[in-house]
Amino acid sequence: MADGETFGLGRAELHDLYRALVVTRAAEERLETLQKQGHVTGGLYRSLGQEAGAVGAAYALRRRTDGSGDFLAPTIRAAGALFLFGGELIDFFRQYMARGTGPTRGREANVHWFDFQKGFVGPVSPLGTMIEVMAGITLSFRLRGEDRIGMVFYGDGASSTGAWHEGLNFAAVQGCPLILMVENNQWAFSTPTAKNTRVSSFTEKGPGYGIGAESVDGTDVLAVFDAVRRAAVDVRSGEGTRMVELRYFRRKGHAQHDPQDYVDPALIAEWEKKDPIDRFRRRLLEHDWATEEELNAIDEEEFERCRLAAEQAVGEPFPEGPDALLDVYTDVDVRGPWTRNERPDPALA
Amino acid sequence: MSEREIPEHLLKTKRGEPVTLLEAISEALFEEMTRDDSVFLLGEDIGVYGGAFKVTRDFLSHFGPQRVIDTPIAEGGFTGAAAGAAHMGLRPVVEIQFMDFISPAYDVITNYIATSLYRGAGPMPLVIRGPVGGGNRGGPFHSQNVEMAFFHTPGLKIVYPSTARDAKGLLKSAIRDDNPVIFEEHKGLYRAPALREVLPDEDYVVPLGKARTVREGSDLTIVTYGAMVHKSTEAAETLANDDGVSVEVIDLRTLLPLDDEAIVDSVKKTGKLLVVHEDTRTGGIAGEIAMRVSEKAFEWLDGPILRVTSIDSPVPYSGSLEDYFLPQTDDVLAAARYLAAY
Repeated sequence: MADGETFGLGRAELHDLYRALVVTRAAEERLETLQKQGHVTGGLYRSLGQEAGAVGAAYALRRRTDGSGDFLAPTIRAAGALFLFGGELIDFFRQYMARGTGPTRGREANVHWFDFQKGFVGPVSPLGTMIEVMAGITLSFRLRGEDRIGMVFYGDGASSTGAWHEGLNFAAVQGCPLILMVENNQWAFSTPTAKNTRVSSFTEKGPGYGIGAESVDGTDVLAVFDAVRRAAVDVRSGEGTRMVELRYFRRKGHAQHDPQDYVDPALIAEWEKKDPIDRFRRRLLEHDWATEEELNAIDEEEFERCRLAAEQAVGEPFPEGPDALLDVYTDVDVRGPWTRNERPDPALA
Repeated sequence: MSEREIPEHLLKTKRGEPVTLLEAISEALFEEMTRDDSVFLLGEDIGVYGGAFKVTRDFLSHFGPQRVIDTPIAEGGFTGAAAGAAHMGLRPVVEIQFMDFISPAYDVITNYIATSLYRGAGPMPLVIRGPVGGGNRGGPFHSQNVEMAFFHTPGLKIVYPSTARDAKGLLKSAIRDDNPVIFEEHKGLYRAPALREVLPDEDYVVPLGKARTVREGSDLTIVTYGAMVHKSTEAAETLANDDGVSVEVIDLRTLLPLDDEAIVDSVKKTGKLLVVHEDTRTGGIAGEIAMRVSEKAFEWLDGPILRVTSIDSPVPYSGSLEDYFLPQTDDVLAAARYLAAY
């Protein structure tokens, strides 16, 4: 494709894309600081080098806030997609910092939260399962004749699970309007892709399920946008399920606690040169789609937005311990520990 | 109400004729699908074939392929898909052809479905139903009871009816419930002639979480469920006639949440408790019931809490082996006599 191709995107939209990339990185960098300060108690997962995959893909879908738009199942490395779907920055920080004010009130972490009006579902950690769930969400679109499609992110590792196979096979057979986004960042924790699959590209798996598949440079936000846009046209027109492989590299460990000493540092250095934000910034400037000043302003705005959101979230309370009892069922109470009653009595267990 | 004609075999209750437990389940599904357009079915061979046990016979022609979906052989895949559909406001009822095959769906049920409300996703109105239980010479993979694989998972409800009347009323409640329900149907009870009964020709439900006193008594309590309700009742009648022992029989009907009150009230009355279940011994529900009674009614106990269960082995195929494996009425009698004399 020509480097000057924008796939119908105007200047403002190109700036949107840049902004979404920048906020993803700024939010995650802010998390690193918060973790060092002891505010992030659980795992911290970076998407360094993968931001363009999430952003380009989500930007190609219809994002609405009234429950009529397309539907997303992100991963921890697709926070940019979540932000584009209307996931609030402040909620992202609340989730990571386990605040009671967050959308899951401290029950769940990071990007694992729901908003059916905005159109996203919180994943569970065994990510292959999300193919099954998204098959059902998009099946409901088909059954009701709604003009909506779904997008599910998962890693190269999840492609090895039985749930992935069962979910994809079901979706394909049922013609579910779903796009599978495989984040081929070459690592499943410490396991390289070659130990997860014999295929050299995940697109080779598409024909086994009778679905179209395309592989794209996951560091090129416009290339991702274009590939997903075309897949979305097919899916929306009733042609069923599609797969898009994002090729890139996980430049950080699985989580912050992982020193990544199993990765050749030269490889990381090589991928640094393909940094998706640097790349897109250069392109925006080269083609006069943006000025240096405009981009610097976006950088500063997003940095500041993250700083403020994080600051606010830090000041918010944790949930009360007994909140753990709530919402296990819609209509059945769960008992607290009898030993903590004013008058401990096992009959109250 | 659909304008299509109701299949003849689903009109028995309307005509005042007795139905089997299986027919009661078919009626419940049919009536709920008629009442509520958001109820739909997913499962293997449920459409064209009408289900391995014919529970959904003629449903496909009546409701169409949008609401009666024949799936690939992928219990995880279609159970997970049901969860997604439930998020979007539909009320899926999943059939597992034999509950022994539910294991591929264990991940999505325990990690995803059961935690969904807690994680902030709102209600998860989903029923996973299917045949369980031994005595049919089905061997290791067509005979298991699966309740205790899920009993330990907060967020799930588990229902296990023993009569046609309860099966229909409980399944209707399960479909209307906003929580995920695992609904076990003992295949030995499906067409048992003795269980045929005339059901009320009205839209009745049986509430989840409430046990039923099958038979009142004063000397000892048997807590049981499913097919063992009938063996326990048979034993109780023998004890009344031959031994002059008065046995109270409680049918749990719902295993999760467990009706503590019904169990404890009965134990406080009789002072003795025998738990009878067809599921295997170790990690069976008897252990949990004994614990709760110890917590809540220790002072009222006049004897050890005992249990009669299947043995701790896979379910064997050969009749001689399976009969040995399963609890028999004589086992219930022996245990009850031991406890009565204690």
